[in-house]
This record gives sequence, structure tokens and C-alpha cells, in this order.
Amino acid sequence: MVSKDQKIWVAVAHIVLITLSALAILPFLLLIIASFTDDSVALLNGYSFFPEKLSLDAYRFIFAGASIYLKAYGVTVIVTVAGTVMNIFLTALTAYVLSKRRLPGVKIMNLLVIFTMLFNGGLVATYINYSNVFHIKDTLFALIVPNLMMNAFMIMLARNYFEHSIPEEIYESARIDGASEFRVFTTIAMPLSVPILATIGLMGSIAYWNDWQNSLYYINNKSLYSIQAVLNSINQAVSALATMAGNSSVSTAEIPTTTVRMAVAVVGILPLIIVYPFFQKYFAQGLVAGSVKG
Amino acid sequence: MSNNVGKTGKNKTNWKHWIPLYIMAIPGFTYLFINNYMPLYGLQLAFKNYSFKKGITGSQWVGFKNFKFLFASDDAFIMIRNTLCYNIVWIIVGVVFGVSVAILFNEIRNRFAKKIYQTVILLPYLMSMVVVAYLVYAFLATDTGLFNNVFFKDNPIQWYVESKYWPFILTFVNQWKGIGFGMVLYLSTILGIDNSLYEAAMLDGASKWQQIRLITLPLLRPTIVMLMIMNIGQIFRSDFGLFYQVPMMQTALNDVTQTIDTYVYRALLVNNNFGMSAAASFVQSVVGFIFIVAANALVRRLDENSSLF
Repeated sequence: MVSKDQKIWVAVAHIVLITLSALAILPFLLLIIASFTDDSVALLNGYSFFPEKLSLDAYRFIFAGASIYLKAYGVTVIVTVAGTVMNIFLTALTAYVLSKRRLPGVKIMNLLVIFTMLFNGGLVATYINYSNVFHIKDTLFALIVPNLMMNAFMIMLARNYFEHSIPEEIYESARIDGASEFRVFTTIAMPLSVPILATIGLMGSIAYWNDWQNSLYYINNKSLYSIQAVLNSINQAVSALATMAGNSSVSTAEIPTTTVRMAVAVVGILPLIIVYPFFQKYFAQGLVAGSVKG
Repeated sequence: MSNNVGKTGKNKTNWKHWIPLYIMAIPGFTYLFINNYMPLYGLQLAFKNYSFKKGITGSQWVGFKNFKFLFASDDAFIMIRNTLCYNIVWIIVGVVFGVSVAILFNEIRNRFAKKIYQTVILLPYLMSMVVVAYLVYAFLATDTGLFNNVFFKDNPIQWYVESKYWPFILTFVNQWKGIGFGMVLYLSTILGIDNSLYEAAMLDGASKWQQIRLITLPLLRPTIVMLMIMNIGQIFRSDFGLFYQVPMMQTALNDVTQTIDTYVYRALLVNNNFGMSAAASFVQSVVGFIFIVAANALVRRLDENSSLF
């Protein structure tokens, strides 16, 4: 039943999507090729998809100062893991309480959560609160705490799942067996909602991995730079490359800055690009779940 | 979401039975208190002359002085204009692109191709704005950028100085990053459409275009309207990363890249202009709140189940 009309539509669809795919991927390709370009060639001809001369100089420079990037990755990994675990647990725990519609006061609790989606104190008040009341400047807390439970949509999503997708009888039978409410939550509610918790965890971990704003606001100590913060500081001033290396004898002129700049970005995105195909499907699902009420 | 198990007298008297749940609510609400409610106290700083030594409570009240200074400068007009205009244009462009691409994507039957397209088109959305700034720099750098070396070899353009190009560059980057997100969002609605509608239409000899116009688009309408209204609710907020990172913080471009969020950040942490920053932040919070509540009221009238509250 494939009509001519349909064939044309399919052909147009392929053309449009191939174009969009190319537009999406080409900048990354340019970045990678540029990072393997010889610095003098890059200076002369600019970044190119077809450089005249390739070179590993940029990566040699990065390897020489590898400790900065390893350290930054260490910070990113610690923050991402700790933040994601706490994010899942806090979101699920709060959602579980909110799913108990007969709990006296639950409506007010719901409103308190929803209000956070509607109104916030803004950057100035938040910044003062965190830096002057809780003194989290230049601590790992600054990278973890402001992003916990970042999306009230996710709380609603988990709440609806606990309420509608897990039969009340299951909870009830556990209670009859003498399980405490917290045990019901950890041994029944959480295991039965793994798909939704995985979505929350995935979206949370991506947000942590990509976070550079909290570093910008709260972190001055370079040893607490995450990989995104390192990328940010180099983006603001390539001269940061030399200071980051802690090697003042290397003048900026000696660094193959043109290509190192690109190589640094490649180092920054590599892990994400490698694992992305494996979680792509869940990423797409999480985006939909997080933007329309479940 | 009604609860068909009514309140029984037994539950009311047996209040001890709820205590564990209240205890379980403590961690989450403590966090919301710290992260979302405590900063509300700091909103008063917009009306104060903040002194670090005296703290929020001790600082001196100055009435609307901060606002007067803010609105007397060109900054207020520029940042509000930019925030609103970019948002309005992007909401419209985003819907048109997102819906078109989702409809086209849905026509493709080859599952492997679909998987590849979706994976690749969503890739930019996964990246942080810092990384996006590097990608844009590779094309636009004045001396080593691809564009000036390939297309404008004879008279290179100072991309990071000339502001007239930036409305287009920012729009392109915004759509480039967001198109995959828009696509999966609308696609999720399209996939939910009952296939028998299309089969019936085909039996009646409807062309593909007629099917899209008469089935897909009308059924997409509630989703489109809902997402648009929710976006309008966010119209006073801007993507800080996009406006801060991608133009590489070039002040020459401020005219077209300054939004409320970048202004607040710069005034607070770069220029130490505390009062104006607090005033701008206050305006954003309050006007933003009005927009969100109004948008939500509208959604509620159209479809009660989609509203936030």
C-alpha cells in the first residue's frame, strides 16, 4: 500500500533528517579534527575539516599537564555520583510521602513543592543565602547542594508512579507483615519503581556532569574545579592553560594554544560521547517525562 | 487523582500511624526550605543598601532607590527587551521546527535510520553550554575560525565584535541545541495517535498532507498549546549559559546578548553592583511569577489535567 505520495514524504523526511543530523554532528567533527591539526597550520589556515598537516602536539601538551584534567574529572565524578544518589533518594522519599493522599496536610506539602516551580528568590538572594548563611563557597557542597531535587516535575512524576502504578494492596500487605513505613518505602516502593528512578537519576546525573554555573558562582579554588569549570576558565582566557598547569615557566607563546583549546574541549566531552549511545533511548524518554506532567 | 477510599473515623483517631510519614518528609522539605524558601527572605535586599558586615536584616532600607537607578540606565530596557524578544521568537520558531521535524521523522519506517537520526540530533542537547561555546568558536574565531578562512577570506568578519550578527547566531545555536528535544517531545504525542484514524483516512483516499493537516496537527494542538503557554510562563527567564558562554562574554555585544540573567550575574559577581543586581533579580522573580501563574490559569481553563496546580 505504499503510494507515490507516501514515497515522496519519506524521501523528504530522510533529506531533512540527514541535513539536521549533519548539522548536529559536523561541529563536533570540526572540533575533533581541529584538535589533531598542526598548530602552525591551524594558525595560518584556521580550523578546517581537511587540515594540511596533522599533529599530536596538542594532546602531548595536555598529557604533560594531565593531572589538572584527572583532578577535574575526579571532582566531576564525585559530585555526579554523590549528587545523583542523594537526588534519587530525596526525590523518591519526598514523592512517596506526597503519594499518600490520606495523609493529613499532604495538600499543603504538595503546594509547598509546586510553589518552588513558580517562584524563586533569584540569583542574588540564593547566592547570599548559600555563601553568607551556609558558607558553602569553595567546598564540594557548592557543587552538590544547589542542584539536589532540581526539578519538581520529577517529584510529581515519582509521586504519580507510587500512587497509581503500585497497587495499594502491595503496600498494605507489607504493613500487615509488620514492616515500618520506611521499610515499605525502601523494600517495596523503590524496587518497584526502578524505571522511574532510573529516569530521575539519569537526568540528574547529566545535569551534574554538565554543571559549570555553580562553579562559576561559588568556586574560586582551582583544585575544586570540575571538568566543566576547567573548560570554562580556559574559554574565558586561553592564558589559563599556563596558570592551570601551574607551570609559570611555560609562556603562553610556547603553548600550541590554537589547537590545545580544541583538544581540551575534546577531553571534556569524550566520556559523555562514548557512553551517550547506550543511554540515548532513556535520555529521550527522560526529556519527555521531565517536561510534561506525568 | 481522586481518592476513592474516603476518610474513615479510624484514620482520624489513629494519628500516630502517620508519624513515620511526617518524619520521612523532613529531609526533602528541609532541603526545599534551605534551597527555595530561605532565599525568599533575601528578596528584601532589592529595597536595601546591602552591607556585607550588617547582613540582610541589618542593612539599611533605601526604598525604591535601587529600582530608580536600574530603570534610569539603558541596561533595564536592553535586558528586558532582549529577554522577551528572544523568548517570543524562539517559542514560535521552536514550535514550527519541532512539529515539522517530528511529523517528518514519524514518516520514516526504517527503524535503524530512525535510531541514528534521533541519537545524532539529540546530541547537542546533551552538551553543556561551555562545550557549545567551544564549538561556535571553532567556526567564528576571527583569525582561526572556519567561516573567516573559508567564506570570508578576503574581508574577514569580526564576529565577536559586530553585534548585528548575534540575534541570528543565538537563534541558530538555540535551535541547533534544542531541535532534538522539540522533536522527541512532539513525537511522543504523535506516537500516541490511534493508527486506525490514518487507516480510515487512507481508505477514503486522503493524501499524506491531508492526513497531517486533518489528523496529526489537530491532535497535536493540545500539546502545542500547552507547551507554548508553559514557555510563555518562563518568558522572563533566559538561558544564562547561552547568553553568557556563546558570545564569549564580549561586552561589545551586550546590546544584543544582555538578558536579565546575564545582567544579574555580571552586576552581582563581576561589577559588585549589588543594589541594581538585587533589583533586577527581584523584578525577574516577581514578574516571572505573575507570568507563570497567568499561564497556568490559562492552561487550567483549556485542560485541567495539564496544569501545574
